[in-house]
Amino acid sequence: MEIIAEYGPLLLIVTACFAFFMAWGVGANDVANAMGTSVGSKAITIKQAIIIAMIFEFAGASLAGGEVTSTIRKGIIDSNVLTDSPELLIFGMMSSLLAAAIWLLIATAFGWPVSTTHSIVGAIVGFAAVGISVDAVAWSKVGTIVASWVTSPLISGTIAFILFKSVQRLILNENDPFEKAKTFVPFYMFLTGLLITMVTCLKGLKHVGLDLSMTQSAIYGVIGGLIVAIIGKILLSRIEPKPIEQLGNRFDNVEKVFAVLMVFTACAMAFAHGSNDVANAIGPLAAVVGVIEHNGEVLSKSSTPVWILLLGGAGIVVGLATLGYRVIATIGKKITELTPSRGFAAELAAAATVVIASGMGIPVSTTHTLVGAVLGVGMARGIGAIDLKVVGTIFTSWIITLPAGAGLSILFFYILQGIFVV
Amino acid sequence: MAPSSTFSRLFSHSPIRPLQQHMSKVNSCSLKLNEFIEASFTKDWQKVESLYNEIREIENQADDDKKNIRLNLPKSLFMPISRNDLLELLSKQDNVANTAKDIAGIILGRKMQTPEQLQEPLRTYISASIKTVEEANTVVHELDELIETGFGGREVEWIEKLIVRLEELETESDRLQVLIRSSLHDIEKELSPIDVMFFYKIFELIGNLADAAQKVGDQIHVIVAR
Repeated sequence: MEIIAEYGPLLLIVTACFAFFMAWGVGANDVANAMGTSVGSKAITIKQAIIIAMIFEFAGASLAGGEVTSTIRKGIIDSNVLTDSPELLIFGMMSSLLAAAIWLLIATAFGWPVSTTHSIVGAIVGFAAVGISVDAVAWSKVGTIVASWVTSPLISGTIAFILFKSVQRLILNENDPFEKAKTFVPFYMFLTGLLITMVTCLKGLKHVGLDLSMTQSAIYGVIGGLIVAIIGKILLSRIEPKPIEQLGNRFDNVEKVFAVLMVFTACAMAFAHGSNDVANAIGPLAAVVGVIEHNGEVLSKSSTPVWILLLGGAGIVVGLATLGYRVIATIGKKITELTPSRGFAAELAAAATVVIASGMGIPVSTTHTLVGAVLGVGMARGIGAIDLKVVGTIFTSWIITLPAGAGLSILFFYILQGIFVV
Repeated sequence: MAPSSTFSRLFSHSPIRPLQQHMSKVNSCSLKLNEFIEASFTKDWQKVESLYNEIREIENQADDDKKNIRLNLPKSLFMPISRNDLLELLSKQDNVANTAKDIAGIILGRKMQTPEQLQEPLRTYISASIKTVEEANTVVHELDELIETGFGGREVEWIEKLIVRLEELETESDRLQVLIRSSLHDIEKELSPIDVMFFYKIFELIGNLADAAQKVGDQIHVIVAR
């Protein structure tokens, strides 16, 4: 207890810095995957992507990020074990943040496809199991999380497959695909709006003081979807089709319609990413803050303070502004194979999967979910060429990331203990 | 920080565009035969030789393209068209260019002088074969639309229509071959036997050109039919 009384503010500030650094890393690197799809398909410019990402990452983090944050914060570790020695939780969370951040830095430098989510979960499990005791880990919850890493790409792949098949059936295979696109695309816009509004209403407005029931959320969701669809419809009516003779590809006009849709799905993607990935940075911080504010009591009930969510959102935005835009530009140039009609299917499917996972408080990897969605579109024979080797490297990176994150965090855990306890 | 990401590495370059570029080269190879045959009629051998060099040059470029496409098609690629079908299409496309080069090569090598009576039929015959190649080129350029629709029914119907037209053009070239053979037969006694041999050879090759073009279309039909 003396440690917390003595060093409390210092520990808090250091952890906040680590968390901000981690959020910065997420903004600099991870966001690019979420936004690269839209930039690559030329639906939006890089500048627009940055603006969308800033607004919606922030909104997603602060409105729908609470559930995943609380999972990272108190779902993985069984807090009952820690009532006697709360400082261990503080050191552990600090070392987890540091371990995950450093591991990500190393991995990025080597170009390994690691996920922030996997690093932080691995790190927390590592320090808890080795530093405290094997019983300190809520293994059933960890099991759920690991299982979701397999199921989330599968689910998003299935959704993307169905979405793209419906596009083929309803639009591309019709006599006048351009007109059909104008008719049906607002419906996809409605789905996007519905999804985001509903999740926000169900999960996000609690800490603003509004607690809405399922039915109320559904009503607001439909209203939100309709508003989005109407805005989209107005934007679509402004598109002038080019005469067929001037086109390199007969579907260029249709793609223009989908490009408008992609602006909306890009927003949804940024929102989903913010709602899930920001927790990787601020979950541990929230845990530390919780212990210090309650003078060493490890509570399992208290909710995540809003300022922490805002800090995470801000970190992501700063990361985007300082480095993220460059990464988005580079990735965008490589993803030209994904035209708007496919990019939207992938983005919407991934966003839906991630947002639902966020609502359930399950930390998933946005990038891996998006990879699953792209494969789904590929299965519908929509993409020229996908390199399956990358899917293989994702699996290898899992096997490496979990022990690496765990090992590093165990190391930092003992170092921190050495500094403060002895 | 290395800006490579898992996600962007997932996308490999689609082989469709390079394949179409290869076919465009093949097509311009065969288109040059029009001018080439005219030059041989006027016995302007310098021009014939320079045209032959142009054809050979384009054919070499097409060969380089072919090698590049083959090298850049790793087994781990997941494509809407099977790897074998694509490579088969590529080699069929390449065959067209080879045949065009062979025709030009023999005419230049032997400085073949087409008798007055055969010039007009030969002109019609060779341009019919060239048209077949052009049509095959059109079909190959439909491939990206095919992927765009995800192999949708309407696009498949459209391609099938193009392939039927390709077959008609090839039949027309066959018919012209029969005609020109009989014209040659009528006058073959007045010509040197070796020349006659090579005329028959050239006629056969011109027919092969149309055949090769049709095989490109057939291969696309196989791709579409799955």
